[in-house]
Amino acid sequence: MSLPLAWRLARRELRGGLKGFGVFLACLALGVAAIAAVGMVRAAIERGLTDQGAVLLGGDAQVEFTYRFASANERAWMEGKALTLSEIVDFRSMAVVADARVLAQVKAVDSAYPLYGAVVLQGGASLPEALADTGLPGAAMESLLADQLGIAPGATFRLGTQEFRLNAVLEREPDGTSGGFALAPRVIVLRAALAGSGLLAEGTLFDSSYRMRLPANADLEALKTEAEALFRDQGLRWTDKRRAAPGAERFVERIGAFLVLVGLAGLAVGGVGVASAVRAYLEGKVSTIATLRSLGAETSLIFRVYLLQIAVLTALALVLGLGLGAALPVAFAPLIEARLPFPAEVGLYPRPVIEALFYGATSALVFALWPLAKASEVRAAALYRGGIGGGLPRGGALWAIGGLAALLVGGAVTLSGMAWLALSVAGGVIGALIALALAALGLMALARRLGRARLTQGRAGLRLALAAIGGPRSETMQVVLALGLGLSVLAAVGQIDANLRAAISRELPARAPSFFFVDIQPDQIADFKAMMAENPAVSRVESAPMLRGLVSQINGKDAREVAGNHWVVSSDRGLTYADALPEGTRITEGAWWPQGYDGPPQISFAAEEAQEMGLKLGDRVTMNILGRDITGEITSFREVDFSSGGMGFVLAMNAAALKGAPHSHIATVYAQEEAEAAILRQTSRRFANVTAIGIKAAVGRVAETLTAIAQAVTIAALVTLVTGFVVLIGAAAAGERQRRFEAAVLKVLGASRARILMSFALRAALTGAAAGLVAMATGAVSGWAVMTFVMEADYSFEPLSALAVIVGGVLATLLSGLAFMIRPLGLRPAGVLRALE
Amino acid sequence: MDILKGITLLAHKGETIGLVGPSGSGKSSLLMLMGGLERATRGQVRALGQDMGALNEDGLARLRRGRIGVVFQSFHLIPTMTALENVAVPLELQGAPDAFQRARDELHAVGLGARLGHYPAQLSGGEQQRVALARAAAPRPALLLADEPTGNLDSANGAAVMDLLFALQQRHGATLVMVTHAPELAARCGRIVRLADGLIAGEERAEVRAEVRA
Repeated sequence: MSLPLAWRLARRELRGGLKGFGVFLACLALGVAAIAAVGMVRAAIERGLTDQGAVLLGGDAQVEFTYRFASANERAWMEGKALTLSEIVDFRSMAVVADARVLAQVKAVDSAYPLYGAVVLQGGASLPEALADTGLPGAAMESLLADQLGIAPGATFRLGTQEFRLNAVLEREPDGTSGGFALAPRVIVLRAALAGSGLLAEGTLFDSSYRMRLPANADLEALKTEAEALFRDQGLRWTDKRRAAPGAERFVERIGAFLVLVGLAGLAVGGVGVASAVRAYLEGKVSTIATLRSLGAETSLIFRVYLLQIAVLTALALVLGLGLGAALPVAFAPLIEARLPFPAEVGLYPRPVIEALFYGATSALVFALWPLAKASEVRAAALYRGGIGGGLPRGGALWAIGGLAALLVGGAVTLSGMAWLALSVAGGVIGALIALALAALGLMALARRLGRARLTQGRAGLRLALAAIGGPRSETMQVVLALGLGLSVLAAVGQIDANLRAAISRELPARAPSFFFVDIQPDQIADFKAMMAENPAVSRVESAPMLRGLVSQINGKDAREVAGNHWVVSSDRGLTYADALPEGTRITEGAWWPQGYDGPPQISFAAEEAQEMGLKLGDRVTMNILGRDITGEITSFREVDFSSGGMGFVLAMNAAALKGAPHSHIATVYAQEEAEAAILRQTSRRFANVTAIGIKAAVGRVAETLTAIAQAVTIAALVTLVTGFVVLIGAAAAGERQRRFEAAVLKVLGASRARILMSFALRAALTGAAAGLVAMATGAVSGWAVMTFVMEADYSFEPLSALAVIVGGVLATLLSGLAFMIRPLGLRPAGVLRALE
Repeated sequence: MDILKGITLLAHKGETIGLVGPSGSGKSSLLMLMGGLERATRGQVRALGQDMGALNEDGLARLRRGRIGVVFQSFHLIPTMTALENVAVPLELQGAPDAFQRARDELHAVGLGARLGHYPAQLSGGEQQRVALARAAAPRPALLLADEPTGNLDSANGAAVMDLLFALQQRHGATLVMVTHAPELAARCGRIVRLADGLIAGEERAEVRAEVRA
């Protein structure tokens, strides 16, 4: 039958207005708004990162080296290409004021810095003023560092053996984002001022970067290709303004995709509301549908008539949701821009709109199709009795629902770019829905059974509550599904968050050392170890020489061709040398070189990584170390544990092969917590150039980042819960008529208002508790799955957040129900009962 | 539970039949079977040359379309449509290009020419039933079924609706089967079939009744 006729009939039907569609619109609009808002913020950041590329990077292009400066050749090449070249050195060191020693991230700049953007200092001073030599060389540092050192501008502090004067507090550096995650607060000084500091000696750990201001017409791709062809095997790393902050970009992309997936779970909760609203609407239309049938309308026409109506309402909800989703980031633009560590250009972006439209429209259809299909099966005889029947819809509709659900999941897989995660979230949502549906059915059966049990006899209020839960037309299924799914998401977030925190704050430091000491010079290492050995509070010291190198070739071929994108070859890695087999190291294959060996270089490789890269004994690996190629043969594989926080080197060589190369030592020190401050003071007094990284402070920084991520996820999860709450309110409102009747009948039979209210409250609490219990279980399963398979860490059930979820479930149903319980209580029975006649 | 037990009834073209009997005797069920609104669990129902048992729900809907008109006690107008639109629906389902013109004519014929744009809620019970009559008659059905068409109306309105019903039946030469509790309405039919406990308890023809009265 023709679509125009269906559209004509649908239009006439819609004249009835939007009554009864509040929940439908709210559920769908909320879900779409959440997804659109997340997408808009993500797009705003991505645009910000792109547009501000040169500023973020500090130049049109940047070349980086690890532990060395550019060679004369490299420098000459860059000077040949750039209009201006700026050299920056970045490293960690201890800032010292009297007894206070604080780890600082030092940025040593030249007079050309910054090529783009501006450094913002408190008080409005310029960077050259702040860094100028006024008897002592000047410096600018973050207020956090100044506070930790207990100094204010005008005071002096020391880096290595060089005194500096703090001239200004640093508010913002334009190129602050691209450096990625920093363990310590920033201090900026002039590179020239470090000459007498004893820092930056050969073999110490630092990064040098060369920022280039290029002619406007420079071909970045061609320059990149040329630079990599010439110098990549010497450890050169190229970045340019097209992707200035790939780390930040990836981070934003991942978090954004994850939040969209959480939003999708919200849409699933909304879907339960959509399904209930569509069903309730169509139940009110049974007589119209049956009349149309009696006049000769076929199933397909009726299906189309109501599908078109749902489509119109869906379109309206999508417009509302998109409007809200686009308006929220704009309204909160100043707040968002201020709180984000990335530049964001808030505006309207097409991709999130399309994404939210796709998710909203598809999920609305998935959830509306079932009641639509059931309604179009209504027979003409329904004019006399019956309505929308139970059971499964007929064949085609089930296929369509399955197909649309697959489209939705496929879309999420494609759009999120995180297939595994998207599939897991989809599996989790579907699993939770099935578990919740079973729980609702179980609760209803149990309620029916208990209602007939001897135990409940004489307790009219309880029996009424049980009858309402288990009886026909009960809201139990709807409430348990919507609230349960919302709570499940929150429970999962709670479990994962609590477990991650526990893993970081309890387990890691228990096994991890107190300090990492880096930049210990070869002539200092013996004294350093002796000093630690004398200290009774120190339980263990491990040290190893450390160099940095790039695996450039494997068996004479480009390493990246052999090992693909494996992380070991993607960038330069730390490596060590040793003469004797270090204590606690286990060889899995091959043999360690004999003591005092000084023949051709031999390599011991980490067993797991070697297997991943397809390496075998006898393979020849070429390392580029500080610009020099060293080739060795793999003669053994050994076990390396990277998770313990101790030292783990993928690659170790025999001592004679590397001893001559400039290098420093790193050491891990395990000590009693009370003694840590003293060890720090003693070390920095005796070895001014040595940098200490306190594990507790580092863990603190990681935990801070984690807190911010957890907050974002919790907000997204809350949207899910709000949607669940809307569904609850919808269900409670729909049940008000029934409750009015029940209250009237009970009053006639002599029940007091308090007793009736107790019965109503009991019903809400029981349903909410059932939803909460299932949510707790699904949350625990999700938490276990994420911890076990994604984080590869231990999982332990976290009871506090789980309890909160159950209490939340009970409270949510009670609160939403209460609003619609009070009114029926106040009505006079005669009026209610007469109105029903 | 069987509602109807062994009923054989043949309605001839152009005939008018009144189905009477106490509540629960199966009058409405029989009428629903004749209209294909309900399906027989056993036995055979044929209408307009078709075996209804062989048709599915959509087949039955197609059979009704334009050929069987039904008038209900509770009118069953579609509340979101105007009187004109309600009457036009069966014609639209037939694909008639002049659906609205014919619906307009039909409403004029039942005296509602001034009420075309009114919604059911804005019409009195009698007016609503006249719209329902116009809707049933508009496609010129061969079979007109009426289930207590005056059951929800006062006597004046009921009489007016009955006059219209019979006038329409005569104008189009349709077969009319009507369920009613009112003996005076049944008396206007050519044949009265009396049901009790799901069985035909008796039949009277108008000619016979006239002879008895004479």
